[in-house]
Formats: sequence, structure tokens, C-alpha cells
Amino acid sequence: MTDPSANTGGIATCSMTIMLNGESRALDVYPWTTLLDLLREQLDLTGTKKGCDHGQCGACTVLLNGKRINACLTLAIMHEDAELTTIEGLASDEALHPMQAAFVTHDAFQCGYCTPGQICSAVGMVAEGRAQSADEIREQMSGNLCRCGAYPNILAAIEAAMPETRNRVGVFESGAPSGGHDGVREVKP
Amino acid sequence: MNPFSYARPTRIEEAISLFGPQSRYIAGGTNLLDLMKENVERPEQLIDITQLPLKSIEETPEGGVRIGALVSNADLAWHALIERRYPLLAKAILAGASPQLRNMASTGGNLLQRTRCYYFYDSTVPCNKRERGSGCPARDGLNRIHAILGHSEQCIAVHPSDMCVALAALDAVVLVTGPQGERRVDFRDFHRLPGDQPERDNTLADGELITAIELPAAGYAEHSAYLKLRDRASYAFALVSVAAALEIDGGIIRSARIALGGVAHKPWRCTEAEDALVGEPAEQSAFEQAAQRILQGASGFEHNAFKIELSQRAIVRALTEATEGTAA
Repeated sequence: MTDPSANTGGIATCSMTIMLNGESRALDVYPWTTLLDLLREQLDLTGTKKGCDHGQCGACTVLLNGKRINACLTLAIMHEDAELTTIEGLASDEALHPMQAAFVTHDAFQCGYCTPGQICSAVGMVAEGRAQSADEIREQMSGNLCRCGAYPNILAAIEAAMPETRNRVGVFESGAPSGGHDGVREVKP
Repeated sequence: MNPFSYARPTRIEEAISLFGPQSRYIAGGTNLLDLMKENVERPEQLIDITQLPLKSIEETPEGGVRIGALVSNADLAWHALIERRYPLLAKAILAGASPQLRNMASTGGNLLQRTRCYYFYDSTVPCNKRERGSGCPARDGLNRIHAILGHSEQCIAVHPSDMCVALAALDAVVLVTGPQGERRVDFRDFHRLPGDQPERDNTLADGELITAIELPAAGYAEHSAYLKLRDRASYAFALVSVAAALEIDGGIIRSARIALGGVAHKPWRCTEAEDALVGEPAEQSAFEQAAQRILQGASGFEHNAFKIELSQRAIVRALTEATEGTAA
């Protein structure tokens, strides 16, 4: 669905605002525009990749209110006033996010197509605070496929970047997980 | 995806009054949008229910827990009450999908996800579930993932959920609101077998909305296990899964709950087999008898007959693990 205006059935766009990588953006979207198509086709933020477009590969992983989700399986219009972080929003000024730097250091990719999704997913996973061991990281990263098979280096990069990433989790102001390992996680009303 | 209009009500009554013949409610959207991309679902209106006040997890006066329909799968699995009192439910949820999907998918939506039968998903081939009377290519086709229990001439699809297998074992109740008012549906009566109406996955009427799931007080926290067998170690649907829950006193079974996933059009329970376990020692021979009873009447197709023995072995293993004590 690269041209969302091809057949509108007489239905108009809706206005919405979203906080995208720290910047408030006013947008007009068709109801059927996915969050992924909004990013790539309307906002030219092509760091977030379209792999399967069915929630099976994880290439489109972004952080919505601090939580990792598949941008292909949600509608942009459903996220009025949400806080969205894409791969483009992880670095600060000229400095890479520690997870990005670790992926470079550990050569955690070959073709690189899955990498933005892997990195966003890994940052979301660290914020969840549920994975510690290598096995737990593998399980918690199972929603991100790498057809080049760079998994050993992806795991190494994530393990290396976990402590520094954990220290930065606070950047997700709204919806930030409680972190920690006490098993207590309140559901907001 | 076809064009559709969009509404975002903030009150339950408003959502229900907006519902028309070509409407769908949307919450997490992880299955509905997927089906819309494949033209299996072509709604003319989406009613976004994410702003309805259905996001809390509360203890009930009866000692159970009420889970709002909009609680995400991840928040439910990691909620302290669920982890402590209903570890079977937490484990089943975490065995399903991926972390990204669990962050989006809702409790109510998990019940309403549709089968992953290849033929149902492919709108270029016949499927009785998609189009009544068109035929079922799965019967003589690729049916490795299909049903061995409760299937019909019309449909051999299975329900894909892990969470629902645990909810079936825990005797959950589904709270529903619709144009005719509110009602409570026992979990075993919520989903249905295909029969000659395979297009109907469940017993919801048009416009009815799941508002909550209630768990009874008994959570089988000491002796429960969720065992999921699949073609890869993670992020795949079950070939067979088993939710096993026991109450054991002095080595004797006082109560047993066993539900199977991946084998039928709904989570499969066999109360005769459960009742027969009561008073028996919690040992392998009793588990094997239960497994045989549950699979009585099972029948497979060209590629899935292996599921019958696999299910029996999985039941014995899950009951053994439950007896040993719920894993941390």
C-alpha cells in the first residue's frame, strides 16, 4: 500500500498530532494508513523497514510510549498524541545510542535490513527489564528475524550494551516500565 | 486494505450504538489488520475501542481477578497478581507471539483472533470459514497444523491462541456487553466447534463487545504447567499445547484441569478425564489413562495424525511437570 490516496472511497483524511522523536508533528492521515507507511511514505523516515508487513519479521519495530511494537500492524490514526521513537530518534546529537554503537563494534549485521528493528527491539527489551541471561535475551528477541543469521553477534552486542542502555531508559517519560526484577508492574487505568 | 471510516468512542454504550453490519471493533489490531491486508476482512467501519475504560486488573469480591478487555497481553502476563496467583496464565501468554505483538495485543482480542489455517488466509482459494459452502482445501491439502478433535466435514481449522488454553483450564468467565445488554459466558461456551457453521468462531452476537475476563479464586498456583510443542523454539504457533493444573494432597489428586491447544477449533477440555483423575495418585499411570481418555475419538489427516500420540505424550509430560511443582 504505497499510495494510500489511490482509492479513498470518498473518505477524507483526519488531522492528528504525534510526538515523533521528541518533536510534535501535525499530520493528515487516511484511516487505513499504518504507522509504518506514515513513517516511510509520508514522513520520509525510511530507517524503519518494511520486511513482511505482517508482524512476523520485526523489521518495523519502533518504540511507542517506550514500548516496542510492530509499526506495520497498527494504524497511525490510533496514536493521537502518542510518543514515538524510531531508529532516527535514538542517537543524540552526533553520538550513537549505546545499542547502536554496540551493533557496530560487534559487527552485529550483514545486509543490515533488520538492524533498525533489532536495535529498537533491544532498547525496548532492556526497558522491560525481563531478560538477563543469554537464553532470556534470545527468547525476548525472537520477534526479530535476521535472514543473514547474524544472531551470535546481535546477542553479543545486546549483552554489551545492556548496562548503559538501562541507565538511559529514563528517556521514555510516558509509559516507562518500572524496570527492576521485582515482578511488579502496574497497569495504568 | 479497503477504505473504511473510523470512529473512536470513549463510552461503551457509544461504541455499541455505532456498530453496524459492516463494522469491526479494533483494539490491538494485530490480527484484524493482518486479515485486512489479505482481504480476508473488509470492514467498512472500524470502531477504535482503545479509549474505553477497560484497562484495569482488579480483585473480585469472590476472591478471583477481573481483567479488563483492553489490558495488553504483556501487561497481563507480567502483572504481579497474575504471576503470583495464576502462573499458568502468565506462562501461556508468554509462550505466544512475540514481545512486540504482546505489547499491542489486547486480552479481549486474543480470544477473537482467527485461525492461521493457510487456506483461510488465502483469499484466492475456497474456504468454508471465509465463504460458506465453497469447500475446504485443507482436508486433502497441507494439514500438518490442523485439527484432530472436534473437526467437521466443513472445517478442520484450529484456534491459534495460547492464552485461551490457560483460560479454558482455569474456568474463566467472559463478560460481554451488547445491544441486548450484559451477559456472562463460561469459557467453554465462548468458542465453538465448526459443525456446519465454520464461519462462526464463537458465540458472540453482532455488535457484542468483550469487556472483561474473570478468573475464579482457584489459580492452581502450586501445581500447574503450560507445555507448548512447535516446529521452532520460539515465536511459532503450537502443534500441540497443554495447560495442566492439579490440586494435590498427600500425593493424591484432589482436582484436575487439562486443556489442549492446537488440536481443535477451540481449546479442548475433557471433564470425564479430569474427573477420573480425582482420588488417584499423582503418578504416570494415572496420567497415561487421562491422556488416552482425552484423545479417544481423535482422528487425523494425511499430515497431522502424529498429533494424536504427540498430544498424549504432552499431556503426560505436562501433568508430570505440574505434579513436580510450578516452575519459577
